[in-house]
Amino acid sequence: MQELSKQLTERFPFLSARPSADHPAVNCPQDNVLELLRTLRDEDGYQMLMDVTAIDHYEASPRFEVVYHLFHLERGGYLRIATPCEGDSNPICQSVTELWPAADWHERETYDMFGISFRGHPDLRRILMWDEYPFYPLRKEFPLAGEEVELPAPDFVEQTGGVRVEKAPMMGGPFHSGQKGPMSAREPRADDESWTEVKKRGSDLEGEDDKPREFRPTRT
Amino acid sequence: MSISKEYGYNSKVEGEVIVSRADAVINWVRRHSVWPMPMGLACCAIELMGVGGSRFDISRFGMEVMRFSPRQSDCMIVAGTVTYKMAEVVRRIYDQMAEPKWVVAMGACASTGGMYRSYAVLQGVDRIVPVDVYISGCPPRPEALLDGMMKLQEKIKNEHSTRSLMRGRESRELSYKD
Ligand code: SF4
Repeated sequence: MQELSKQLTERFPFLSARPSADHPAVNCPQDNVLELLRTLRDEDGYQMLMDVTAIDHYEASPRFEVVYHLFHLERGGYLRIATPCEGDSNPICQSVTELWPAADWHERETYDMFGISFRGHPDLRRILMWDEYPFYPLRKEFPLAGEEVELPAPDFVEQTGGVRVEKAPMMGGPFHSGQKGPMSAREPRADDESWTEVKKRGSDLEGEDDKPREFRPTRT
Repeated sequence: MSISKEYGYNSKVEGEVIVSRADAVINWVRRHSVWPMPMGLACCAIELMGVGGSRFDISRFGMEVMRFSPRQSDCMIVAGTVTYKMAEVVRRIYDQMAEPKWVVAMGACASTGGMYRSYAVLQGVDRIVPVDVYISGCPPRPEALLDGMMKLQEKIKNEHSTRSLMRGRESRELSYKD
């Protein structure tokens, strides 16, 4: 696994190895990413683009990284390539739709969830949320419960007496199912059942609620 | 002289006439020919298909004629997770159904949003359409759906159908209240 990323970093001097627990992985600067992916596709047999997604590093800069997973059709095996985006509040990344038409929807989803604009994308629209939705839900500052928003269709809103997007009641959630034990113990449960929307959390978390979960102080 | 204790239909007395109330007849017809509109949106729809199959056999209750056109159906079974993006569509389809019509919220998601406490999921379909029967479970067993549909039949049985035939069925309020 390390061998492959080592070979690649030797062959392409602009690459650096990326820590990884599973597949070989490299970091690539934004300017070289198209050239690198083209070479990997045409010369190295990584013909299939399995996934395009992104990572939000929140307080770090560059804040967003776009991650590609390539698959080798003959040998099997994945290769992960990560590239930082230009700009932290309005991130931009090079589109790879010219190499793989399949990247179209992957990049639309990444745009929808993270707000990363892909330069050269033929039709960059939201794909999961509706077009007027003002937030990017997978950014770290976006709360899991969501934000209050008006829904787009006026006739529908009128008929339903003004239904709108409301913050979902978390009731101690998010909900996870335990991975161990008998089926009965594996049904989804709230992370922290000590609080609900009515019964508030302890005072040690006051004022910290607007931070992303993993950046809040842990309770003892 | 004996007094007749029979209250049922007596052909010797009544000939070929049956006396009843219009409501009873109309409701009897309606509740035994519910045409469901399968609004299958997520995993619950699989159980809904199971109910339509031979093993659970929803046709025992006269509801096997599932129609994918709102114009031809009168009971929308919302089976699955309703996202905000889909909510608009669900309501439009409900509006396109002809009166009389009923709505069954099948499963935790349709009833309350279920385990999806998230930015994208409508927290209960009763915020956009008037729901008659809620069925718990994730997913509900096919028997639970059948039980819910029988509850719906009970409900139809007690409706004032004649009055609404004359005056038009009053448009019902959403059951969700803040
Ligand atoms: S209630 Fe459960 S089974 Fe039904 S749609 Fe929701 S998650 Fe799926």
